[in-house]
Amino acid sequence: MSTTTVDLHSGPHGEGEVHDPHQQHHYTTMEQQFDTSKIGMWLFLATEVLTFGGLFAGFGLMQNRYPREFIEAHEHLQRLAGATNTIVLLVSSFTMVLAVLAAKTNQGAKAARYLWMTVACAGIFMCIKAYEYNHKFEEGLLPGYFYHHKGDLVAGSHGYATFFSFYFMMTGLHGLHVLIGMVLLGWLAVRAKRGDFSSAYYTPVDLIGLFWHLVDMIWIYLFPLYYLIK
Amino acid sequence: MSTRNEHAIDPKREARNYALNLTALLILTLITVGASYIDFGQGNIVIALAIATVKATLVALFFMHLAHDRPVNGLIAVAGFIFLGLFLLFDFLDVTSRRDPNPQNLAPTVVQTAPPAGAPAAQTAAPAAPAAAPAGGAKKE
Repeated sequence: MSTTTVDLHSGPHGEGEVHDPHQQHHYTTMEQQFDTSKIGMWLFLATEVLTFGGLFAGFGLMQNRYPREFIEAHEHLQRLAGATNTIVLLVSSFTMVLAVLAAKTNQGAKAARYLWMTVACAGIFMCIKAYEYNHKFEEGLLPGYFYHHKGDLVAGSHGYATFFSFYFMMTGLHGLHVLIGMVLLGWLAVRAKRGDFSSAYYTPVDLIGLFWHLVDMIWIYLFPLYYLIK
Repeated sequence: MSTRNEHAIDPKREARNYALNLTALLILTLITVGASYIDFGQGNIVIALAIATVKATLVALFFMHLAHDRPVNGLIAVAGFIFLGLFLLFDFLDVTSRRDPNPQNLAPTVVQTAPPAGAPAAQTAAPAAPAAAPAGGAKKE
């Protein structure tokens, strides 16, 4: 991929032709290049919505089948932990958007600081999640076949194991997105500090910012559905 | 890119708007947690999802810049949710239009545990009483 980029750019430059070194020659302007990247990112985000959407649909259908079991099972989740994580992610979205703003107003060091703050929020989120998971493991509240919690009201029902299958699948996939986001944000922070971004070129910060907000958005739906259902 | 964005950027004002958006999102989070302690019956899930949708919209419009971005990006985002809506619509039409959403081969509730336990015992006929007990025990696993 990198060789392609170099080839595309190392073609002949006309007499007195000057353009941004980030601009690849198959784009007319930097603006067109930026917009193209952004459309690509939004298409990816739409597929993410559909990926999680399938899981949400399954969760809804199973809640319809096991209403009593789902309500009882959700009592095992700690509301305080869920609410704290919601706040942590919202704050991380705020620091992310400030990082984008700093990057596009030529404040690389500031952008790096905000990016590291975003990574820190993500770290807090994952620590709280790990604490919650550990608690579930100890009580035998495990997905599917591994479920061995004792003392459920509806004896022998598949509903409890089903609830925790969905809980671990959905929060697990979301957590995986958070971890990937942390790696990408760290990489951005290093580059921002190095001065790679400016008002002329900040595409990676903007696009990974979009990804990060989507991760936040998914949690905005996960939180009420898992922790607050009645 | 620069031509479109630079004239609009007033960093202080942008940062203040982001802070306002964050405040609104945090207040909505408190409201949704508070509302979950009050019993509205079926209304609880509707309220929770409505608040979540407002929050998601705020994130999309201001943190993801859809409010001031090219319309094509918003179109892609909305299209994603429309197709998700179609998917959910037909799923729930199917489930809610069935009289019994549970497949007949599963025994989901306590009420139904007695007849299946008796059925195999009747078929094995001869050593009726002693065989029925272990068969019933195995069934519960």
